[in-house]
Amino acid sequence: MVSVVFEAPDSIEGAVNLLANSKIKTNVLAGGTDLIIQMQGFKEERLVVDVKKIPSMMQATLSDDGLSLGPSVPCAELTAREDIKDVYPGLVESAYLIGSTQVQGRCSVGGNLCNSSPAADTIPALIANNAQCVIVGLNGERSVAAEDFVAGVGQNIMEKGELLAKINIPRPAANTSDAYLRFIPRTEMDIAVAGAGVSITLDADGTCTAARVVIGAVAITALLVPDAAAALIGTKLDDGALQAAADAASAASKPITDRRGTVEFRTHVVGVLVKRAAKIAAQRAGV
Amino acid sequence: MTKSHITATINGDVREFLCEPSDTLLQSLRDELGLTGTKEGCGSGDCGACSVTLNGRLVCSCLVLAVEVDGAEVGTVEGIGEPDKLHVIQQKFLEHAALQCGICTPGLIVSTKALLEENPAPTEEEARYYLAGNLCRCTGYDKIIKAVMDAAETMRGAA
Amino acid sequence: MSEAQDYKYIGQRTIRPDGYDKVTGRANYAADLALPGMIWAKVLRSPHAHARIRSIDTSKAEALPDVMAVATHVDIPNQANPGAINILAKDKALYHGHAIAGVAAKTEAAAEAALALIEVDYEVLPPIMSIEDAMADSAALIHEDLITKGMAEQPTSPSNVSSRMEMNKGDVAAGFAEADVILEREFRTPTVHQGYIEPHACTVRFDEDGQSMIWCSTQGHFGVRATTAALLNLEHSKLKVIASEIGGGFGGKTVVYLEPLALILSKKSGRPVKIQMDRDEVFKASGPGSATRNKVKIGAKKDGTITAMEAHLYYESGAFPGAAPLGPGCMTIFTPYDVPNQYVEGFDVVVNKAKVAAYRAPGAPQSEYACEMLINELADELGIDPIDFRLQNAAKEDTQTLYGPKLKAVGLVECLEAAKNSAQYKSALEKNQGRGVSSGFWFNIGGVSSVIINMNEDGTGTILEGSPDIGGSRASMQMMAAEELQMPTDTFSAIIPDTAHIAHSDTTGGSRTTFATGMAVVEAAADIVTQFKERAAAVWNVTPEQVEWKDGVAINISGDGKMTAAEICAAAGRTGGQITGLGNINARGAGPSFAVHIADIEVDTDTGKSDVIRYTAIQDAGKAIHPGYVEGQYQGGAAQGIGWALNEEYIFNKDGLLENPGFLDYRIPLASDLPMIEAIIVEVPNSFHPFGVRGVGETGIIPPLAACGTAVSKAIGIRMSELPLSPPRVLKAILEA
Repeated sequence: MVSVVFEAPDSIEGAVNLLANSKIKTNVLAGGTDLIIQMQGFKEERLVVDVKKIPSMMQATLSDDGLSLGPSVPCAELTAREDIKDVYPGLVESAYLIGSTQVQGRCSVGGNLCNSSPAADTIPALIANNAQCVIVGLNGERSVAAEDFVAGVGQNIMEKGELLAKINIPRPAANTSDAYLRFIPRTEMDIAVAGAGVSITLDADGTCTAARVVIGAVAITALLVPDAAAALIGTKLDDGALQAAADAASAASKPITDRRGTVEFRTHVVGVLVKRAAKIAAQRAGV
Repeated sequence: MTKSHITATINGDVREFLCEPSDTLLQSLRDELGLTGTKEGCGSGDCGACSVTLNGRLVCSCLVLAVEVDGAEVGTVEGIGEPDKLHVIQQKFLEHAALQCGICTPGLIVSTKALLEENPAPTEEEARYYLAGNLCRCTGYDKIIKAVMDAAETMRGAA
Repeated sequence: MSEAQDYKYIGQRTIRPDGYDKVTGRANYAADLALPGMIWAKVLRSPHAHARIRSIDTSKAEALPDVMAVATHVDIPNQANPGAINILAKDKALYHGHAIAGVAAKTEAAAEAALALIEVDYEVLPPIMSIEDAMADSAALIHEDLITKGMAEQPTSPSNVSSRMEMNKGDVAAGFAEADVILEREFRTPTVHQGYIEPHACTVRFDEDGQSMIWCSTQGHFGVRATTAALLNLEHSKLKVIASEIGGGFGGKTVVYLEPLALILSKKSGRPVKIQMDRDEVFKASGPGSATRNKVKIGAKKDGTITAMEAHLYYESGAFPGAAPLGPGCMTIFTPYDVPNQYVEGFDVVVNKAKVAAYRAPGAPQSEYACEMLINELADELGIDPIDFRLQNAAKEDTQTLYGPKLKAVGLVECLEAAKNSAQYKSALEKNQGRGVSSGFWFNIGGVSSVIINMNEDGTGTILEGSPDIGGSRASMQMMAAEELQMPTDTFSAIIPDTAHIAHSDTTGGSRTTFATGMAVVEAAADIVTQFKERAAAVWNVTPEQVEWKDGVAINISGDGKMTAAEICAAAGRTGGQITGLGNINARGAGPSFAVHIADIEVDTDTGKSDVIRYTAIQDAGKAIHPGYVEGQYQGGAAQGIGWALNEEYIFNKDGLLENPGFLDYRIPLASDLPMIEAIIVEVPNSFHPFGVRGVGETGIIPPLAACGTAVSKAIGIRMSELPLSPPRVLKAILEA
């Protein structure tokens, strides 16, 4: 293991100062379930800033405006919140899918987002729910939509010295709900081979009036697919509409072949997941 | 690099030890604290052999830095059961032959205890999914799950 | 001994004697020993699958202040030993992960840092990664002097085929001529790993003048001693190997990887040395199971009589010739069938992968998978139930095997009947669900075991036996001693001493332990009974023939007098010395174990994902000494076989580098992946063992491959012939159909 300098500030400001002023490369430590593995391959000295002593990073507050989510809240804690699950069932189920029970005890939505893996489970659900990422640096605060946060494989738009301080998810409109599904070869533990996060809004007679369809693990970043949403809007999510949405999702995907799946497999399966997730979201929205 | 001085409560005992900031809790438990009951199977959180509780929550100790447990409470397999009396979970594992080589057993004992504290009446499916992060290569899990379900019933009866 | 007997002590579900330590974390495994002054060693491994090593410069590593020793191939005292080049590579790196050098330093971090400073000049060569690539006309050679053994005419030029073998019984051409239906298929299986959760590790200390010591987890500590002593030119009497508790082996820990290197570093540094493999080293650089390509052809008459069986088997050996379990693969493939005409030809092929090691019934899962898949297809073609088809042609007592001997009493028919009568087989299937049946056969071995039973002054006994316990065998040793001595099971403790304290026992493997070491325990116990009678006779002034030993008590049948074991042992000093029983044997008469499994699998046809919804594992144990641990072998073998069938495979990139050396992407079954596994013990006693025992550890991994292969094929209506049946492979077949 490489040489590490470890700091655990108790304020956002303290964390930002450490990150901005560091002469050596920095990493933010939330749950550590990605970072600690990556540390085994680090070649040079690092400053590791543990943000779990910063209260606002560890709190999840649900209000009429929506969810103000501390990025480092452990998924085990988040997924035990029935109130949050009621409003954002898909987002919570995406958080619940990360890793094992042991990993759940530490991993966080913020860590999942900042690790910026193409296969991250929470990112499609965050995007489907119009999440906004509040980033704090020495120059102040800025807000970036979740769909604009990830730039490439393991890359995001944060600059040196910036910290993801909050994830704000607006309250969904009435008769709106979401779902997240992923494909893995076993029943647990695997990295998503394809994923789909879908939000559906229905009107009084069950017609879809709004939708957000996001696909994951099938491109270098999660992708918002407006064509797939368009195929659902104005319909009652009949089989034809669902298939059209699936086809649009497959068409938008740009997957690779790797040790987890082939191009053909991912392209096909992401469509299947979009259909299934859309149905679940609609069932939830209609209640 | 100066080592960090950590004070943590391990199985109810206040313990102090030194570590590098890059050391994992697993390394410190095994190499500094003499608590070798927690095992390393993979070092990357994929097998659960290193399972411990941290402030009451089930975690993989290979995915926690030792420096993070300063002031925290850690529970390992050595803290389960009494010197003269096994915990019900341990007893049921023996009765059901729920172990063969035994390397996954400490992790499973810790995880099962965490499961039953959270959910005293799990279904078979709930038990299997909760324990999915504990790999076993010897048993095919059948007798493990039977031991878990039996322990759950016994503990509910005693409660 | 062919009738069922009532036993007093064996057949019980006792608590195993090592169990308390295992559930409390007290049990000590390979990585759990620290010694005063101990230093840490790490291994530099080849980043290339195939490369010439032009030079190795360790000077910068040696210059680091915390580094205490460095070793390369030239530091192995006996470089001529054929095993040396897998301990440390010499002229070539032959697989990704091949050990190149070792470093011992005061901290783990210093050893890691030192590895990065070792400079190796590689000439990278094209890797050979498949049987096709290895056998292509233009293939690059992995070993420039490898001439195929066993060909009708010896080849004049080298190749990547190490050897060929063939076995023939009857006349297959005539047999096929008689057949009404002939089917022929090719099946493929991937490189797989035993997947034990405990990585290889050891702590060693080299002592110049006395005993050198190795602490390691191994299936055979005598094998570790012999291999290490040979490589280091040490006498066996100067090297003590202590077998720690072992966290899984399945054949993979019958091979030595780290200990000789550790001992060389210990000698050079003057310190105890600890080496642990990381998980990725385990996958890269221990001994996986062979990938295979197997062609099978079976002919049968309309009435279901099989008339001919033929196979051509190709097994990957890894980078070193002759490592593939080709022989057992050829010998087992058709043994469940009493068919007069059988022919098998097999080839051992080198590729740039780690040297293959044993994996639970080595060679048999791959070959029997091919045969059993074709048997199921043939049954369908003939319109016969797959169990009935097997019953009609089943091997039984006096069946002539392809490999020579006639079978003694065996339990295949009983297993097939139990399968037919099982709840699972009678249950209905639903949409997208398929059912597969498969037989399995493994010979099991006997071999050398040495046992000492020391009777203590209080009448309790300590069993010393040299078979590392990989599955709970100590409990069975206690019960067998109890049964022979007619004393309660907990009278006896069972310990596995190091190599200095017990005579050689063969490696724990081949399902030999309960059979052969058990036999040695019984012999040692019988020896004690003889001595008890002699000692009691001496006290009563009668002859030993006038003493009966019953239920733990010596009885004077010609007068008055009873003596308990405790009384005899307390008086032992006065009657001739302490009482020790010996059983040093070479056990013969190992009984084969047949198995039959049933798998029900549901496939999500939109994604190709398989869900095992029900599973039954039936196997003949001869006599189950501890039924719980026998069931455990069936269930564990089933789980490994299911993983092999559905998801497990080594994935290499185009440069021959292993892409999935971890439990994240080498996907073994999880608790949530499997249903309860119904384990049914059939008992057709093996008359060569005092209690009828057959080895059970291995056969159980064989049937799952074809049981799952057939179940998935039926669920989707497409014959699948390549493992694993991973979702991408299954979905592709569905979409292309």
